[in-house]
Amino acid sequence: MKVSYYPGCTLRTKAKQLDLYARKSAEALGITMEEIENWQCCGGVFTTAKDEIATKLSSVRALSEAAKKEQILVTVCSACHNVIKQTNHAMQNDADFAMHVNRYMAPESYDGSARVLHYLEMLRDVVGFDTLKEKVVNPLSGKKIAAYYGCLLLRPGQTMQMDDVENPTILEDFIRALGAEPVIYAQRNECCGGYVAMEDPASAQKKSKKVLDSAASHGAEIVVTACPLCRYNLEKNGESDLPVVYFTELLAEALGVKEG
Amino acid sequence: MQRIGVFVCHCGTNIAGTVDVKAVAEALRYEPGVVISTEYQYMCSQAGQDMIHEAIRENNLTGIVVCSCSPRMHEATFRKTAQSAGLNPYMVEIANIREQCSWVHKDMEIGTEKAIILGRAAIAKVNLNAPLTPGETPVTKRALVIGGGIAGIQTALDIADAGFPVDIVETKPTIGGKMAQLDKTFPTLDCAACILTPKMVEAAQHENIRILSYSEVQDIKGFVGNFTVQIKKKARYVKEDICTGCGLCTEKCPQKKVPNEFNLEMDNRRAIYIPFAQAVPKVATIDPNYCTMLKTGKCGVCAKVCTAKAIDYTQKDEIMEEKYGAIVAATGFNPISMKPFDEYAYSQSKDVITSLEFERLMNAAGPTGGKLLRPSDGKHPHTIVFVQCVGSRCSAHASKGKEYCSKICCMYTAKHAMLTRDKYPDTDVYVFYIDVRTPGKNFDEFYRRAVEEYGVHYVKGMVGKVSPEGDKLMVQASDLLADKQLHIEADLVVLAAAIEPDMSARPLATMLTASMDTNDFFTEAHPKLRPVESPTAGVFLSGACQGPKDIPETVSQAGAAAAKVIGLLAKDKLKGNPCVAGSDEWMCNGCSSCERVCPYGAITYVTKEFRMPDRTTALRRVAQVNEAVCQGCGACTVACPSGAMDLKGFASSQIMAEVDAICK
Repeated sequence: MKVSYYPGCTLRTKAKQLDLYARKSAEALGITMEEIENWQCCGGVFTTAKDEIATKLSSVRALSEAAKKEQILVTVCSACHNVIKQTNHAMQNDADFAMHVNRYMAPESYDGSARVLHYLEMLRDVVGFDTLKEKVVNPLSGKKIAAYYGCLLLRPGQTMQMDDVENPTILEDFIRALGAEPVIYAQRNECCGGYVAMEDPASAQKKSKKVLDSAASHGAEIVVTACPLCRYNLEKNGESDLPVVYFTELLAEALGVKEG
Repeated sequence: MQRIGVFVCHCGTNIAGTVDVKAVAEALRYEPGVVISTEYQYMCSQAGQDMIHEAIRENNLTGIVVCSCSPRMHEATFRKTAQSAGLNPYMVEIANIREQCSWVHKDMEIGTEKAIILGRAAIAKVNLNAPLTPGETPVTKRALVIGGGIAGIQTALDIADAGFPVDIVETKPTIGGKMAQLDKTFPTLDCAACILTPKMVEAAQHENIRILSYSEVQDIKGFVGNFTVQIKKKARYVKEDICTGCGLCTEKCPQKKVPNEFNLEMDNRRAIYIPFAQAVPKVATIDPNYCTMLKTGKCGVCAKVCTAKAIDYTQKDEIMEEKYGAIVAATGFNPISMKPFDEYAYSQSKDVITSLEFERLMNAAGPTGGKLLRPSDGKHPHTIVFVQCVGSRCSAHASKGKEYCSKICCMYTAKHAMLTRDKYPDTDVYVFYIDVRTPGKNFDEFYRRAVEEYGVHYVKGMVGKVSPEGDKLMVQASDLLADKQLHIEADLVVLAAAIEPDMSARPLATMLTASMDTNDFFTEAHPKLRPVESPTAGVFLSGACQGPKDIPETVSQAGAAAAKVIGLLAKDKLKGNPCVAGSDEWMCNGCSSCERVCPYGAITYVTKEFRMPDRTTALRRVAQVNEAVCQGCGACTVACPSGAMDLKGFASSQIMAEVDAICK
């Protein structure tokens, strides 16, 4: 199966592991990820401002490319996923927005027909966690892993349509499929501090520390996330020895494709 | 040719201030058919009515036009005047030159011109009016109350006391409804059971009341005064007339793991059960979903221990058909599901409960025997956080919750907080609110007592998140007055869930052709002036099915609904509205368009034999209007493609004559 893949800029710099193991694992699962040609930065969450159009065009171009190939558009980074899914939702539901966007896109136009999936959604809805479980060669048995959702992966719930935003299960189900034991803790879908880390580091530190302390107090050995920003904040500001890794790293390890 | 009188009212300065009434009377004098045109200061006064009366007599008028206020206001008055002068009341037309003219215009010239045009249209219509006589139908002197909560019980008692037989249909095995589950009632704190159960017993013993418990309304046909209703009596596998309610079977039943809905599934009951000690009728019921005998054919313990021999595993659902003159909807409410509100962790912790669950925890007959203990570990909670407006007053754009205020939560939360502090002074109690709304007799005093005498911490602001951490619930909230974030380690969180109409209301409304609002509350005929009647004749509303209500208000409304029912049942015959639809059978092509649009189910189709012009006979399918059911809305006359359907008193020809007169 072939899918369109939008990596995003952080995956080329700070979050190389997120990208690399996503590709390797997909291969192991029989999925070819065709990178969108000439993709541009999604603009990060700043582009989610409602009245902004030009900054969303990069997302629209990616969506349009996927639609042309009639492929699902897969993203891995929480922020890219959020921006692209919200943009697609607006293209489908906000006629005024779509009209303005398509004026920029002329002579091309995009009709909102692409389907955007986060890599985790692809594992759940396309591959299936049961199938994934069968493909695991190196089960992570006995490991207690805390899923950290952050805020961008699931919210706003109505638009992202990914999971229950208050009581999600997708990462826990993923962890179970890899043979490990998920740790349920209170702070798993709280904010890490996000970009607040830039202007008010103290606040961000408080948030990140709270997340890791909560995970540690429930016996977590590893924290897993899909978001480069969350990982940055947790590692830098969490004041904890608890390792924070990308979900793709665990996936690749379990599928036996991490080395080499 | 009609002989028409025109009467223009000044309404003090209400009309005369912006309309030159003399000029209107003068202009209308020369309209076709008009023989007299005059004006007067107050047409609705006795002197004004006398003037109309005399004018009808002296000029042998066959129709009159009164240019005055809205027909909603005084059409009935002038119809009576006309009738007293020997004129058919349906020969009266009102030209509304107040609400639709003088009140909305400032300029005398424009106002006068418009008043003349409106008068002209009314004259054009009267020229085509024909005398109408309302038909009569007999009244079945018996009422049906659907729902056996406090609303239904009170309505039934009041109707029965007036001497009319009433049936209460209740879907649960016992009457009592939500009130039976409550502990104390605000603002006087008398125990719910102590004031409810005597009423339940009274209803059971009343010679005019029949309680059909564990029963459901399946179908309703007919119209005001003449409803035919199909009721399904569900098999309870216990002979109701033989069971003594001793309860031995409910003690011996080996199936002990049935979630007890009366205690909101916080404990278990048996497969054969009596919902609570004061149930009416006090008869056991077997739950077919859990009974081993009914499922596998092996057990029969209850039949063995029953000394009265009341158990009957072969019982079947029974359908009965009854006739009623009036129907009262009293289907009540339910708290909404807490599923979309998981930021409060309702699905994640047993110690996050709803207010109704809290009632059961505080109730002496509840799962904890009235001791306030945490559902998770049975420990006494020391810090309790109450969250108000959970699902109430949500934004229309939100994907969850209700836009309306559930009305009862502020008061019951104040009650819960007060009772907790009273019984357990060592408990810290927080209440988070958007606004505290306590209008009602002695209500605000009650709430203030909770704050001032009982030391409940009222915090303006909402809870953002509840996270279970160990055996604590971490509550994150904002205090808007102090402008700070609060973090409270709570032992118990109580959610004041919004209330919504019972699920049975929507299908019932469809059966009754009664209208509902977007929230599935029954709509009243007029929000202020006819609050207990449905727009559908013969259907009345009692209790929370019409909107959120507390007990005092429910009981008042129940009594008001009963008064309206009694007024209806006291009549031997009902005079209908003669302005109803009628079908010209020769023009009708049997297409069913009218039947589909009729909101009252007044149109049926019959196949009739017609003698054709060439002396052959033909079978044709034609529409027939049940005049007793038709409310004269006119939807069918618009839908009818062949023009066969017409509304008496508002015929298409009359409306067109009005339009022509306006456009002249």
